[in-house]
Amino acid sequence: METFTYTDQNDTRSGFGAGLSELGKTNPEVVALCADLTGSLKMDAFQKEFPERFFQTGIAEANMIGLAAGMTIGGKIPFTGTFANFSTGRVYDQIRQSVAYSGKNVKICASHAGLTLGEDGATHQILEDIGMMKMLPHMTVINPCDYNQTKAATIAIAAHIGPVYLRFGRPKVPNFTPADQKFEIGKALHLKSGKDVSIFATGHLVWKALKAAEILAEKGIDAEIINIHTIKPLDAAAVLASVNKTGCVVSAEEHQRNGGLGDSIAQVLAMHSPKPQEFVAVNDSFGESGTPEELMVKYGLDTVDIVNAAIKAISRK
Amino acid sequence: MATISELQNIAKQVRRDIVRQVHAVNSGHPGGSLGCADYFVALYFHILKHNPSNFQMDGHNEDLFFLSNGHISPVWYSVLARSGYFPVAELNTFRKLNSRLQGHPATEEHLPGIRVASGSLGQGLSVGIGAALTKKLNKETNLVYTLHGDGELQEGQIWEAAMYAAANKVDNIIATVDVNGQQIDGSTEQVLSLGNLQAKWEAFGWKVLHMNGNDIASVLEIMEVAKQHTFKGQPIVILMKTEMGAGIDFMMGSHKWHGVAPNDAQLAQALAQQEETLGDY
Repeated sequence: METFTYTDQNDTRSGFGAGLSELGKTNPEVVALCADLTGSLKMDAFQKEFPERFFQTGIAEANMIGLAAGMTIGGKIPFTGTFANFSTGRVYDQIRQSVAYSGKNVKICASHAGLTLGEDGATHQILEDIGMMKMLPHMTVINPCDYNQTKAATIAIAAHIGPVYLRFGRPKVPNFTPADQKFEIGKALHLKSGKDVSIFATGHLVWKALKAAEILAEKGIDAEIINIHTIKPLDAAAVLASVNKTGCVVSAEEHQRNGGLGDSIAQVLAMHSPKPQEFVAVNDSFGESGTPEELMVKYGLDTVDIVNAAIKAISRK
Repeated sequence: MATISELQNIAKQVRRDIVRQVHAVNSGHPGGSLGCADYFVALYFHILKHNPSNFQMDGHNEDLFFLSNGHISPVWYSVLARSGYFPVAELNTFRKLNSRLQGHPATEEHLPGIRVASGSLGQGLSVGIGAALTKKLNKETNLVYTLHGDGELQEGQIWEAAMYAAANKVDNIIATVDVNGQQIDGSTEQVLSLGNLQAKWEAFGWKVLHMNGNDIASVLEIMEVAKQHTFKGQPIVILMKTEMGAGIDFMMGSHKWHGVAPNDAQLAQALAQQEETLGDY
């Protein structure tokens, strides 16, 4: 079978930083705001190269979102940066009223999402952010899977008019998508064809899904792997085309089961083509301190969990 | 430029518009709207450099205004309509289904004159400062004006924004606080005392001015003073003393008319106190 390899491991937040720096050079309207996490968000290169377009807001995220909303008036394209927790739950009302309802062209860029933030523990490991953001009218929600895709997504969202939530993470993970990829918002990426089960994965779970497909192949199961980098708007046509071929589904994400990618897929299936679905996601609990690898195992987000979910989904056909 | 007596005449009509809007739908916020009527009239008919007949969201080379305490939408809608942003007859649609005049100001229905939604309190100062930053990046010398309720200063985001603007010398913004001393549950003193507002704003690094918001001459004079203080490395705030319900005697001196509409008899009584100067819609 087709196998995937990678040349390097890198963090998705560095992909964001690289994309932002490139935007600094190519788009004079792009401005960046950060709430005292410039190094963690890898925004320091942009800050150094474009100091007049970089705004340090201090530990005041609500004000940062409001500033960004205001800066769009007059044509700027603000990219805000802080951890995913402080990018969403802490400022939900500011995003709802001043950004989404007001239709402002703000790009909310959120690092350290999910369990892979690791040792800092559950206060910082937000697992509800996709749900909160996808519920907001006008909001686009993107969760890229590796360094190259995050860089491409960062560049792509600057050209999209409207609010965007861009979610990425802290750990170094395999960088396997092409460096020269074209990132199309709302377009699912078909990674591997298969006939027995459709595995839809987002973010850090995409690489694990590819590894799961190799294990499944050894068991004689032919899995189709689709990378959903844009959770909203969801590529429903791609979901249905795959599911109508394979007849069952696994969704995989570093997020709560409630409100995540799996929810969005289940809604499409319920409306158009009901099929068995298994969810690889955190099941209504907070995280805890630990290494990213330990946490992904404990909370059921590892390669083996995708394998088991696929087998179960097939058994329910 | 309008004379003071012309502005006073407009303010009478605006007060009629306010009570008629809230009466028609038996909802809305007349108290703060009436208290701020003179400020709004001075702003929209004398102070702002703006372009009512050709509203552009980006507002290049115009002054910008943001209403942070969005519940006083009736006064804003009245001055927007009366200054030419949209037909005065549209005031008839206030708070009704399929209207551009939402209960709290919004951009979703593309009402000319509004650049951000407000209603959930405390957000407008940040937005105004952001717009002021963009004016600077665009090398524009026009100003940004914001209005806030005094009760709204209980929201933490206001002080995040205040700290930011002073630290970063955002000196092309003039914020005004409607100090009427009232909020929904009672006086600000009873609900959550604001303490010494002048000392608070000064401690946050702002230039503080005072004016009588129910005296158009005072508003014109102090706003001119405020403009003289712009581009001097410091943001400016005006503590504007007003009377909630100003101009309608039975609505004054209490928090009770914050969010209550007059009945038919009360409407008649109110209209008898403010003569029709520009023609009712």
